[in-house]
Amino acid sequence: MAHISASVFTSHVPAIGAALDMGKTQEPYWQPLFQGYEYSKQWLKDNTPDVIFLVYNDHATAFSLEMIPTFAIGCADQFTPADEGWGPRPVPMVHGHPELASHIAQSVIQQDFDLTIVNKMDVDHGLTVPLSLMCGQPKEWPCKVIPFAVNVVQYPVPSGMRCFKLGQAIRRAVESFDEPLNVQIWGTGGMSHQLQGARAGLINKDFDSNFLDLLINDPEKAASIPHIDYVREAGSEGIELVMWLIARGAMSDINGHAAPKLKHRFYHVPASNTAVGHAILENA
Amino acid sequence: MALDKPYQDVPGTTIFDAEQSRIGYWLNQFCMSLMKGPNRERFKANEKAYLDEWPMTEDQKQAVIDRDLNRCIGLGGNIYFLAKIGATDGKSFQQMAGSMTGMTEEEYRNMMVAGGRSVEGNRRLGENGTAQPQNQPQGSATHNTLKG
Repeated sequence: MAHISASVFTSHVPAIGAALDMGKTQEPYWQPLFQGYEYSKQWLKDNTPDVIFLVYNDHATAFSLEMIPTFAIGCADQFTPADEGWGPRPVPMVHGHPELASHIAQSVIQQDFDLTIVNKMDVDHGLTVPLSLMCGQPKEWPCKVIPFAVNVVQYPVPSGMRCFKLGQAIRRAVESFDEPLNVQIWGTGGMSHQLQGARAGLINKDFDSNFLDLLINDPEKAASIPHIDYVREAGSEGIELVMWLIARGAMSDINGHAAPKLKHRFYHVPASNTAVGHAILENA
Repeated sequence: MALDKPYQDVPGTTIFDAEQSRIGYWLNQFCMSLMKGPNRERFKANEKAYLDEWPMTEDQKQAVIDRDLNRCIGLGGNIYFLAKIGATDGKSFQQMAGSMTGMTEEEYRNMMVAGGRSVEGNRRLGENGTAQPQNQPQGSATHNTLKG
């Protein structure tokens, strides 16, 4: 049977991708940020899964206002890095896992989460920046990737608790797949940031630090944080953090097993407008 | 019955909800069109003519021409869509976000490097933080737009 071995949490700021693509990682502005992912790159080399189930949000790239799915699972063979207006990032094609993705879609829908199935979709920085942070600049990504896009652009986004429960449904779906695949689940976006209005540039280290504590040690409590707290405390775009709760909900301690091992935790301000948070949890 | 919108008392913040999305539909769809190179070229060659191809309000068109992102957001724009205009102009997200604060690019960048904007005084209207209406503009920028 397939199983989820670990979860990875990370911000997905577009400027991080640009810094990598333009060879700026050693500049004083960026060096401390990339330093914080050195451990993670080695960890992923030592713990390469068969598939990454990557929870992210599309930023008006694949989904315009014509269609706004709350939860969309990518079931295609491959996904092309998108041109977001600056030209596509020079990163490898993303190869999917259609068999596992469609299995998860069927199982999760039968558990009352109405996913949108997507068979053609370009993927933007929300998906490719986390891969770059964790893998560096390889010619090919080290494994297959199932993109899972969550609407956090048009309010209301799904609640933290719904995301947390969806994660649990995804774990059950993965564990009912016959092939013995090693699957990681990544939750991306956040941490505190606001990209609009007179309050642009908001950063709240206390909120972020507390959120990381809760995510690791008391995820049920983290899942009960209401939308308005994210908006008020972590900025209008800080609400992306609900996506981390999908990955956290998929860990086995939520199903009564032992607490996961914290392998790495990192926090840095700023990357462009954003606070960058990162953690790696391994199932016990 | 009115919808619950508890986010309306957050200063300097417009939540892109279903109502804003309805108001801004064509403004945002125009922005999406700038993801294609040939459209970017046509827009840059004659902004007004290109905008006139879209059923946007004149206010929305003028806000785009002025690169007034606060005004665009007030008229239903969303930052992830408006970012396509910034990309067309060769501007970064940091330049776009900063343009909405009244700070110069350098002032905004320095604020971020120093740890970002504090949430203190900026949680609710009626407090006295940097994002409150009574404390605008915040910096020494000569305009609150992405121009220049």
